[in-house]
Amino acid sequence: MLKFKRNPFLTGIALAAAALVIAAGITTAEAAKAQKAVILATTTSTQDSGLLDTLIPMFEKKTGYFVKTIAVGSGQAMAMGAKGEADVLLVHSPAAEKKFMADGNGVERRLVMHNDFIIVGPPSDPAKIKGMKKATEAFKKIAAAGSIFMSRGDKSGTHAKEMDIWKTAGVKYEGEKWYQQTGLGMGQTLAVAAEKKTYTLADRGTYLALKKGLGLDILVEGDGILLNIYHVIEVNPKKWTKANFAGGKAFADFMVSKDVQAVIKTFGVEKFGSPLFFPDAGKKVEDLGL
Amino acid sequence: MDIILDGIRQAFILLVTFDPEVLGITWFSLKVSGTATFISLFFGMSVGTVVALTQFPGRKFVVSLINTGMALPPVVVGLFVTIFLWRNGPLGFLEILYTPAAMILAQAIIATPIVTGISLASMQQLPKKLRLQILALGATRLQMVRILIREARLPLLAAVMAGFGGVISEVGASIMVGGNIKGYTRVLTTATVMETSRGNFDVAIALGIILLLFAYAINLVLTYVQQRERPR
Amino acid sequence: MTTILAARNLKVIRGGSLLVDVPGMDICDGETLSLIGPNGAGKTTLLQALSYLMKPSAGEILFRGQAVGTAQPKLEYRRRLAMVFQEPLLFDTTVFGNVASGLKIRGIGASEAQRIVESQLERFGIAHLRDRSARTLSGGEAQRTSLARAFAISPEILFLDEPFAALDPPTRESIVTDLEKVLAETKTTTIMATHDRNEALRLSDRIAVMEGGRIAQIDRPAVIMNQPVDEFVASFVGTETILEGDVRDTNETALIVGVNGSEIEVVGKGRVGERVILCIRPENVTLTIPDGTVKTSARNTFRGRIGRIVPMGLFHKVEIACGFPLVAYVTTHALEDLSMKEGNEIAASVKATAIHVIRKSGT
Repeated sequence: MLKFKRNPFLTGIALAAAALVIAAGITTAEAAKAQKAVILATTTSTQDSGLLDTLIPMFEKKTGYFVKTIAVGSGQAMAMGAKGEADVLLVHSPAAEKKFMADGNGVERRLVMHNDFIIVGPPSDPAKIKGMKKATEAFKKIAAAGSIFMSRGDKSGTHAKEMDIWKTAGVKYEGEKWYQQTGLGMGQTLAVAAEKKTYTLADRGTYLALKKGLGLDILVEGDGILLNIYHVIEVNPKKWTKANFAGGKAFADFMVSKDVQAVIKTFGVEKFGSPLFFPDAGKKVEDLGL
Repeated sequence: MDIILDGIRQAFILLVTFDPEVLGITWFSLKVSGTATFISLFFGMSVGTVVALTQFPGRKFVVSLINTGMALPPVVVGLFVTIFLWRNGPLGFLEILYTPAAMILAQAIIATPIVTGISLASMQQLPKKLRLQILALGATRLQMVRILIREARLPLLAAVMAGFGGVISEVGASIMVGGNIKGYTRVLTTATVMETSRGNFDVAIALGIILLLFAYAINLVLTYVQQRERPR
Repeated sequence: MTTILAARNLKVIRGGSLLVDVPGMDICDGETLSLIGPNGAGKTTLLQALSYLMKPSAGEILFRGQAVGTAQPKLEYRRRLAMVFQEPLLFDTTVFGNVASGLKIRGIGASEAQRIVESQLERFGIAHLRDRSARTLSGGEAQRTSLARAFAISPEILFLDEPFAALDPPTRESIVTDLEKVLAETKTTTIMATHDRNEALRLSDRIAVMEGGRIAQIDRPAVIMNQPVDEFVASFVGTETILEGDVRDTNETALIVGVNGSEIEVVGKGRVGERVILCIRPENVTLTIPDGTVKTSARNTFRGRIGRIVPMGLFHKVEIACGFPLVAYVTTHALEDLSMKEGNEIAASVKATAIHVIRKSGT
């Protein structure tokens, strides 16, 4: 009755110490795991489509590696690769990728798959671009009509592609009143575009995944410039000694393997009625085309 | 509106059927934020108590630093922790970036100033003469600190709750240092962000409801503590 | 009487100001000493310095002849005393837990502690509150708990810092009565700071009047009341009439002092021509209606007019102008009997032995 019923001060110290021990335990467990960990820097579109949720467990089961998927924009993914903070990249920003390779940041860059970009907008289609064959012409028309275009503006592969189309079309878009940027991922940008009834450029995979209840229609598709091509890149082991090259290479090899290519071919068919990606391992970019 | 109603209905189904993924993420969030809070409690309470009970030159400056720290933006913490933990960063040898340990570290850094500030305030709220009374009862320094902590136990509980509430609901640091890796570093907030961008509003809403329940429980305790009076 | 506690050349300086300056002070074993004085006189500071809760800036405290902080380690010293403040400062636990806290700190075993706590709860009439949370107590119950907590450790010296100041009169009365009884029973040496002179008069063996950090006078209550050493002490202990005059004539036992043209006879010593202060307590002034027939035996009978009548509760304070200002206390009954009104003529008389003389030049 008179003794301090378990001194709260000491109890607190004991609990904090226990917490530190748990934290340290987690840390050492991680250190052991780190040997087998592969950091995959990839784009939000691969994660948001759900493809990686299918492929990563397959890879981990097959090789024993543990994959840490960091889903960011293609730009940030390549920045991570360039600093040696990622072991392998799965990205879709060809021009930036070429520069990445030219700078000696990667050793091997292999074509994995593609899908395509589409120009989507509200069914009312104020700029009247529905059914146009050339993406550049459609962009010109949107600009001329002054209809709002919602850009990702996040240096992602999609954003890079969009800027590429504006440049090719020769349209001045920066600072224009009809040109708005979300700075968000694909899914959220689509949601914003739908809410505000504006045009946007989207990858087909994400669009199909979110299509239900979105209220945005595909208006322009099938142009060569709209190809969305994914490459897997292993970072340069000579540049960064701490990266897990073996793991990165294993993942890259896995992505272009026959089994995986077969999975990609059918991924999404069941849920969306059509595949989200087309497997391209072994092909050349020039052979693609729609 | 259909999406929202449908989302809410789905969310309740996920909750009442104890969906394993939702449950797993919830349990993991509690583990990470709970551990981080305990660590911050150890440092925050010690520093808060020492600052509250001692006089030293520059004390006001220290207090202002602690108060600033209470408003430390999680994203900034996330950024600095990430930079330090990069493989080529100063703490890269730990190899804990994109692990739960990194999340615990970042959350502990976010929670520590909160716990310190509230501990400091709750110790200072005790009547000044209480310290004299305890000494007059023949207490040693250590006994006095022990008794003061016991006296401030409810406000200190508020410190715990505020610290925990701060970290379980933050997303910026967790996503940066944890990477939102499925089944590994995915917590309630990062999962909510991702499921929203994926268009899985049902899961996002379910996760949101769980976060709200935590927030409610925390505030319930805080309110109770604030309403309670000290003896004369 | 042996000295239990003494202060030697004690000075407390905080923030550049001298808060306490006591060259020497001795407290006898078993006595009750009150420190009285206005706010800011240094009562609380002296109390805290004596109890070593505040480190003196200079000088030393001797507990049973041993210097506290050196020969007598301060923790051991503190474990032999107890302190009760104006605020009960209870811990957030039960009444029992509060009363037991000092024993717990001393590591006293549960069964012995329980026996002590139960007896203290009984002694202060709070046994029925034993398991109540301290948060739910009234002001009086809380202060009783605080006193019980102090007595539980059988202190050799009990320090009380304005312990009843925050209580309402009936509660205060009942607690003071109980404390009086307990002090008589335990004979605990007690040092109490208070600004209430009646409380001090009632409980104390000796009273120390403080002003500006110094002890102006320390003596038995009757001496303090009737023979203050200076004007400050005189006014603080309730001497309403303080007059300055010069000695006109002397004999073996008495002086004739001239004040504003009136002559007052007082018992005391002095030289002709010396400046003196006369102190007249208001209860020693007798008022009569001046009809010429009634003559008091006192030589000091002054005729004058009533200036102001101030009701003071049980009595009235009557201010009289009779060549000099004089203040008398009369009961409400007497006031009506003599049908005193402001502006009325009145005769006031004071016995020569009831006037205290302070010699300006000292003795």
